[in-house]
Amino acid sequence: MPTARQLNFVERLYLPEIVRGLSHTIRHLFRPKFTLQYPEERDVPLSRFRGMPALVRDENGRTKCVACKLCEFVCPPVAILIEAHEVADHPVEKGPKVFDINMLRCIMCGYCEEVCPEEAIFLTEKFELAAPSRAELVFNKEQLLEIGGVRPDPYHKWG
Amino acid sequence: MFDGNLEDMIMTTRLGEVVKWARKNSLWPMPFGTSCCAIELMSVLTTKYDISRFGAEVARFSPRQADLLMVAGWITRKMAPALRKIYDQMPEPKWVIAMGACASCGGPHNSYAVLQGADEVVPVDMYVPGCPPRPEAVIDAVIKLQERISRASGDETRQGAALAPRQEGA
Repeated sequence: MPTARQLNFVERLYLPEIVRGLSHTIRHLFRPKFTLQYPEERDVPLSRFRGMPALVRDENGRTKCVACKLCEFVCPPVAILIEAHEVADHPVEKGPKVFDINMLRCIMCGYCEEVCPEEAIFLTEKFELAAPSRAELVFNKEQLLEIGGVRPDPYHKWG
Repeated sequence: MFDGNLEDMIMTTRLGEVVKWARKNSLWPMPFGTSCCAIELMSVLTTKYDISRFGAEVARFSPRQADLLMVAGWITRKMAPALRKIYDQMPEPKWVIAMGACASCGGPHNSYAVLQGADEVVPVDMYVPGCPPRPEAVIDAVIKLQERISRASGDETRQGAALAPRQEGA
C-alpha cells in the first residue's frame, strides 16, 4: 500500500501550483479561438455529407422518379411513402403520385440514393430542420422537388 | 378600444417582454440522454459549438433547476414513467426538445418496446430530425425555440405544445 509523501513547505503553500495552473489558463486566452459562431458562420460540409434526401428533376423539368418503390422498400426506418400513378406524357408511363418523406423517421443513411436506379433521389446538404410539430416534418413530393432542384443527366436513358 | 387602465396595460406588456427576454436567454437544459444522441448533445456543449452563446450551457442534472428538457435518444416503455416524472418535477415554465429520430418518433425502432416518440408522454416543443442531428441542428432548434418564447403572448408561461395525437405512419 503506497504511503502519502510528506509535502515540503513550498508544496504546502499551494501558491506555486496556483500560479502554474493560472498561467496555463491565461496562455489559452491568447490562442486562436475555435468556437464556430454557428448561425453566422458554418462548417463547409464534406462532399460525402449526408443531409436530407430530396427528389430531383432533369434539365427538361421531368421528375426523374418512376415510382419503382425500391427506396421505400430499402428504407430502414420506413420513412418513405410512395403511391404510383400513370404518367401519359413521356415514355416512362409511371411516376409518383404521392412521395412523402417523413423527416422525423429519416436517419439520413443514404440507402435511397444508393438504391435508386433512376438517380432521382439525392441526399442534400440541408440538415437544419427543427420544427415545432410533426406535420411540418413530413415533406411531400412538391416540397422535395423544390429542395432537390435540377440535376442534369449525363445521358438520357429514356430518350 | 381600451378597456381597463391604459397604464396598467403598458406596464404589464413591458414586464412580459423582459420576462420573455430573460427566459429565452437562460434556457438551462436537463439532458435526458438515453443513447447515441447524448454523445452529440455533449458535443453541443463543447467549445466548438458552445451553446453557452445562447445561454443554455448550464446543464442541470436536477430537473428542479432546469427549464429545457432535452430528450436525446430512444425512450423505451420502461423508461417512459421516468421521463414523465422528470418532466413533472421541472418547474414552470418548461420546454422540451426531442432530439433525433428516436426521441421524435421512434426512428428506426418501430417496436413494441419503444415509444414512438417522446411526445407520447411529454409535450414536445421542438423536434430535431437526424440520426443523430448535427450539433448545429440542435443549436438551430434552440434558436427556433427562443424565437417561439419571445413570440409567446401575454403571461402565457409556455407556448403549449399539446400532446399531439400520433399520425398514422408518422
